[in-house]
Amino acid sequence: MYYGTNRGLVKAVDDVSFDVNEKDALGLAGESGCGKTSAALAILRLLPTNGQVVDGKIEIEGQDILKLSEKDLRETIRWKKVSVIFQGAMNALHPTYKIGDQIAEAIIKHEPGVKKEAAMARARQLMQLVGMDASRVNRYPHELSGGMKQRSVTAMALACNPSILIADEPTTALDVIVQAQVLGVMKDLRSRLSVAMILISHDLSIIAETCNKTAIMYAGKIVEYGDTVAIFKEPLHPYTQKLIAAFPSVLGRRTELSSIRGFPPDLLDPPSGCRFHPRCEQAMEICRKAEPVSKKSGNLKRIVACHLY
Amino acid sequence: MATLSASWHVTYTEAKNLNEEIAVDVQSLTKHFILKMGLFKTLVTKQTLEVHAVDDISFKIRKGEIFGLVGESGCGKTTTGRMLVRLIQPTAGKVVFQGTDLVSLKSDEEMRRLRRKIQIIFQDPYESLNPRMSIFDIVAEPVRIQKITENEEEINKMVTQALEDLDLVPAEEFMYRFPHEMSGGQRQRVAIARAFILRPEFIVADEPVSMLDASIRSEVLKLLINLQKRLNTSFLYITHDVAISRHMCEHVGVMYLGKIVEMGTSEDVIMKPLHPYTEALIAAVPVPDPTARRVEVVIKGEVPSAINPPSGCRFHTRCPYVMEVCKKKEPELIDLGERVVACWLRTK
Repeated sequence: MYYGTNRGLVKAVDDVSFDVNEKDALGLAGESGCGKTSAALAILRLLPTNGQVVDGKIEIEGQDILKLSEKDLRETIRWKKVSVIFQGAMNALHPTYKIGDQIAEAIIKHEPGVKKEAAMARARQLMQLVGMDASRVNRYPHELSGGMKQRSVTAMALACNPSILIADEPTTALDVIVQAQVLGVMKDLRSRLSVAMILISHDLSIIAETCNKTAIMYAGKIVEYGDTVAIFKEPLHPYTQKLIAAFPSVLGRRTELSSIRGFPPDLLDPPSGCRFHPRCEQAMEICRKAEPVSKKSGNLKRIVACHLY
Repeated sequence: MATLSASWHVTYTEAKNLNEEIAVDVQSLTKHFILKMGLFKTLVTKQTLEVHAVDDISFKIRKGEIFGLVGESGCGKTTTGRMLVRLIQPTAGKVVFQGTDLVSLKSDEEMRRLRRKIQIIFQDPYESLNPRMSIFDIVAEPVRIQKITENEEEINKMVTQALEDLDLVPAEEFMYRFPHEMSGGQRQRVAIARAFILRPEFIVADEPVSMLDASIRSEVLKLLINLQKRLNTSFLYITHDVAISRHMCEHVGVMYLGKIVEMGTSEDVIMKPLHPYTEALIAAVPVPDPTARRVEVVIKGEVPSAINPPSGCRFHTRCPYVMEVCKKKEPELIDLGERVVACWLRTK
């Protein structure tokens, strides 16, 4: 997936593969600008006009999304199969419509024939599902706190019973306690509704707590991918190791914070070979020249792209 | 309440080594913002509405230590930080710095002289740097305002040193850039360089890394700590991130709705929290370890409004251990030696 800019092509997402099964929660982690949001937007073909999927395949329940017409995509996939909670969605609620009406609108628009009454009743159910009082359907967004607004957009995303829910940084603007509450709702939904989730976050600790699979992205590439417990227990890629160590643990041993020297690369002109080599402490000669291929690592259910393995 | 916190002060310091020098002594600091109302409402409402942003808080920052102020948004930690450098005029209370009460200083001229020794680092490096000034001018500005020297060569030397302190090397490469040509992490380093250039004795850092990515965050924090240690600067570190406060600070104060509810060494407070709010705050922090089993103390609801804070203990509306007394009477800070806590559960 590339972006055309007037300074050249930005390879925002470069040869990225992952799969999400029913009841899975996949965490897409990485620093800002690593392409995690672009990868997610590409799934629903929601890229801005200068963005284009150059090559690859996106299959949802056997259907190739890239081959669908815009109309089919809108009528059968978006909201019904896959829905997105965009970053900052809670601030995009319409300020002069009641929450319930906004959720009902989504239902009526996508399922023609559903009456207003029935849609409102579903809106109430959805709100209870995310831990809100059903009477709040009559509230305006400004009457709700941040946590409640985030719950509302989550309820809205679930309006048409999607099988995949993509959440882009769902808790970044929230305080820790409210964040824990919202993440609790998400975990609860996953187990109750058998909805698959893709959680995009720069915060590894959130992913560690909510996802069973993790993909670590760096400069448009997935550098490591596999079971969350395995990745956090024994990270293989030097970038993953550094990233995990950069998070101070609140109750663990008090160690010196580790950091990654340097800055993320410019994707207009990514480094040769392995894109992480200028910042990698274990860089070898080959890393500068050849790009590492993704390899299955041993008997661990893990894929890693690094010359060390 | 005011007298009580004053007496607590004495015992707290006496328990500690008396030769530990205090850099900043905050006493019963209070800030109530008066809510602006329309004409009609003013005529109808009998009293003015006040936001109790900070209510009678006291703490001491020892020389050369990093003191952390932890809490959720709206708890008054930023207001406190700004009062300490007098960007906000407190309603009541004292901030004693080197024997002078900053609050009682009348003229800006007197304050300006002290500003050489007191600096602040703001949260957002995208807003705190003037986009039309070069990095050189931004970092040199304190030198020029304080008229440390007029000699351009000397200023150049100081700016170079300041940038190099923050690992912006070679300094010449960054000096002539403008803020938009730098990444968030680099900008925040510039903001820190500007705060340190006059070698101040006390710095308030208001969430200096909350806008930065995790990998860059720890790099900036490391540079900050190294510089702080080398120059023996006293620090007030304001953050919502309990994990960072544990790594950064020797002492922390936990704030809730304008009050300090618990205070002590960061290790004690975080590993053995005594106040139910502290406990909940720590339990809510996600842990970067998927196998970690943690106590689930998730409290309900969100922080109530500071316009009419709850009666009694301000936390009683959300507290899982609430008792009858909590709703009626405000708990006082209890001195437990190295530790203070304001909770009826701990009152014997």
